[in-house]
Amino acid sequence: MFGVAKKLRAAGVLGLNERNADFIMRLNPRRLYPRVDDKIITKELALQAGMAVPEMYGVIRNQGEVRRFGEIVANRESFVVKPAQGSGGDGILVVTGRSQRKRDSFRLSSGVRISEAEIKHHLSNIVGGQYSLSGNPDKALIEYCVHFDPTFAEVSYQGVPDIRIIVYLGYPVMAMVRLPTRASDGKANLHQGAVGAGVCLATGETLTGVLDNDVVDEHPDTGALISGLCIPHWDFIMESAARGYEVTGLGYLGVDTVIDREKGPLILEMNARPGLNIQIANCTGLACRIKRIDKIFNAGATPDERAQICRQEFPATR
Amino acid sequence: MKQRYVFVLALLLTAVGMSVFVYKWQVLGFPLTEDRETPVWTIESAISFDSGPGSIKVNLLIPTLTPGFRKLNENPISRGYGFSLNYGSGGREAQWAVRRADGPQTIYYRISVYEDAQADQLDTTPPFPPPPVINEPFKTAVDVLVNDVRDQSADAESFTSELLRRMNDPSLGPNLELLLSNVSSNSEFVEVATMMLAAARIPARKVHGFSLSGRQRHAQLITWLEIHDGDRWRYFDPATGEESMPERFLVWWRGNESLVRVEGGSNVEVDFAVQRNHVDAIAIARLHAGQDSTPLIDFSLYSLPIRTQAVYGVLLMIPIGALIMVFMRNFIGIDAFGTFMPVLIALAFRETKLFWGVVLFTLLVALGLSIRFLLERLRLLLVPRLSAVLIVVVLLMLVISLMSHKLGMETGLSVALFPMVIIAMTIERMSVVWEERGPADALRGAFGSLLIAIAAYIAMGVTSLEYLIFTFPELLLVILAIVVMAGRYTGYRLLELRRFKALTGD
Repeated sequence: MFGVAKKLRAAGVLGLNERNADFIMRLNPRRLYPRVDDKIITKELALQAGMAVPEMYGVIRNQGEVRRFGEIVANRESFVVKPAQGSGGDGILVVTGRSQRKRDSFRLSSGVRISEAEIKHHLSNIVGGQYSLSGNPDKALIEYCVHFDPTFAEVSYQGVPDIRIIVYLGYPVMAMVRLPTRASDGKANLHQGAVGAGVCLATGETLTGVLDNDVVDEHPDTGALISGLCIPHWDFIMESAARGYEVTGLGYLGVDTVIDREKGPLILEMNARPGLNIQIANCTGLACRIKRIDKIFNAGATPDERAQICRQEFPATR
Repeated sequence: MKQRYVFVLALLLTAVGMSVFVYKWQVLGFPLTEDRETPVWTIESAISFDSGPGSIKVNLLIPTLTPGFRKLNENPISRGYGFSLNYGSGGREAQWAVRRADGPQTIYYRISVYEDAQADQLDTTPPFPPPPVINEPFKTAVDVLVNDVRDQSADAESFTSELLRRMNDPSLGPNLELLLSNVSSNSEFVEVATMMLAAARIPARKVHGFSLSGRQRHAQLITWLEIHDGDRWRYFDPATGEESMPERFLVWWRGNESLVRVEGGSNVEVDFAVQRNHVDAIAIARLHAGQDSTPLIDFSLYSLPIRTQAVYGVLLMIPIGALIMVFMRNFIGIDAFGTFMPVLIALAFRETKLFWGVVLFTLLVALGLSIRFLLERLRLLLVPRLSAVLIVVVLLMLVISLMSHKLGMETGLSVALFPMVIIAMTIERMSVVWEERGPADALRGAFGSLLIAIAAYIAMGVTSLEYLIFTFPELLLVILAIVVMAGRYTGYRLLELRRFKALTGD
């Protein structure tokens, strides 16, 4: 038992206790949390910083505004409903189309039909705080539904794959692609059953994947090979992730990016408590990369410089 | 740097907690385990007499200095008499008085004592006694005897032994024959001895008391001889001349005064009864400390009313449950619903006992969950839905209680002790997890909660631990220190070792 712990320590693997005590509590001041916990604020801050984000169609702030839903999506064929303060992808509804004859009938990404009344009930639940981190009343967000880039078409089952990058003091130290599966119900969260694949920071090429803490080579639903895919706009994605540090002020940050077919990379959300599965996806410990950054840290470096340094420092080891 | 503050704080808390604990344990004599009981002796003296026509005054000599024993409590019991305690030449004196009484009267005085080898109370060093005034022919006899014995002894101690040996010798000399001619009781025998010791300028006195053993309905007063050797009092067996003391000898009074004086009454009789019983060592420690008036005792939980004590007996175990919670979550890494839900469930288990607790909890959550899924179809808003779940939980509790009562299983009644609000929240949270992440995650969380609850229940149910925390609440500071230290534990959780196993490089 202690032998395993020793080996993990030597491999620089970060544990939850260490992440919480040494990084989140030290580098992420609580007053900055709303910047990432409230997706509406994140979006505004990112826009101000000149980053690309999915367009917001409307916000529902209280129960009374739920009836505005029809009006907000009147001209939209597809959209996403999500709680502003949701965690772990809970409460997200991806609407990919609507019936032409019956305008109040929608189709979800899973193919299931859903009525406007059902969406409104879902909105009420969001506003009531069912999905919020603290259980407090929340706001619901209706935004552009990303049409994902064909690069990942073969390795995702419904839903939208996204790219998670861990940013330590502005340096993007580790990345993975999260691929939805049938089990994850089209969501790109690893604990819901999505596949995570490590990424070589130097080239933006995917490595092997991880499913429920096990290493996998193929997508469980499509059977396509996960490794060796080249992420487009990798340069830009790394730089935007690095910029997330300036936007939020958080020293330990997870930046989630999606690649839209037409609009290119869009920042989807940022996370003050990014998970640790990324280490399994990359077969590498975070702690040793963080240690390296501590050594070469330069407070004056621009986001672009920091992204470049990381691409040189952390190529895939295999 | 923060690490150091945490360390110093934890050290400080531990130091304070442990030092108070050790003080109470070592100095105040609080026992570490519950079942240490000390025998307590209750001696009751009953004074009965026939009342005369006028006012009545009863004086009884009562224990003052009792080497080897400590007083637990004492109380006079009488009907219609005024009571007061006085200090006389022979020690403490209880006095009862009444203006008028009819018929035979009985007055009780009861004292409870417990053995304490350290109870060597300070006694005064007496002055050398004046030479007794004795008439002839006794004076000559005493002088001859004292000179004789003095020649054959070295000090006060050997003088006493030699004197008593001679007095008990079957072949008494003519001088002793004369001196002991009027002696009819042991008490008078000792009185003669003290008189002769006084003539030799050795302070001596009679000691009256009881040798305590078991239950005695009519305890016999024993008279013993006490002399002062210039340094301390020594006890001598008047029948053998050996320096000794009867086993468990409780000194009732000293001196030549008579035990009881009754003015205005006749046919006075005094009877003693001894009873032995066991009393919590805590009660004694409390009293013991109360006599030394320590604030630590004034703030002890034992000073609270019994009913409040029972509440705190349970409440003080919650930190133990919290400690288990910290251990299970931060060191092992088991997930649970709600931060302290398992601890509250464990509290409920205390009443239901483990097996029925687990059965009832599972039943309640399973039923609640299925009804919650039915409610889902109604599309209720969050707060009304939560309230509905709460009401359903209450109704389920009622149904389970009634059903089990009908079936003759009284354990089912204790379901009412479950924290229903917590259970309602658990059901709600579980149903959301069930829908969002699937039954596997929901069941894992529920199982984790139950596991922690069982662990907390077992830890909180250790009776010796419960006693220890209740008697030494300062130990909670030590637990606080452990929890604070755990808050800075940055090592791996046990389950993470398995989770990250692929990264060990093997």
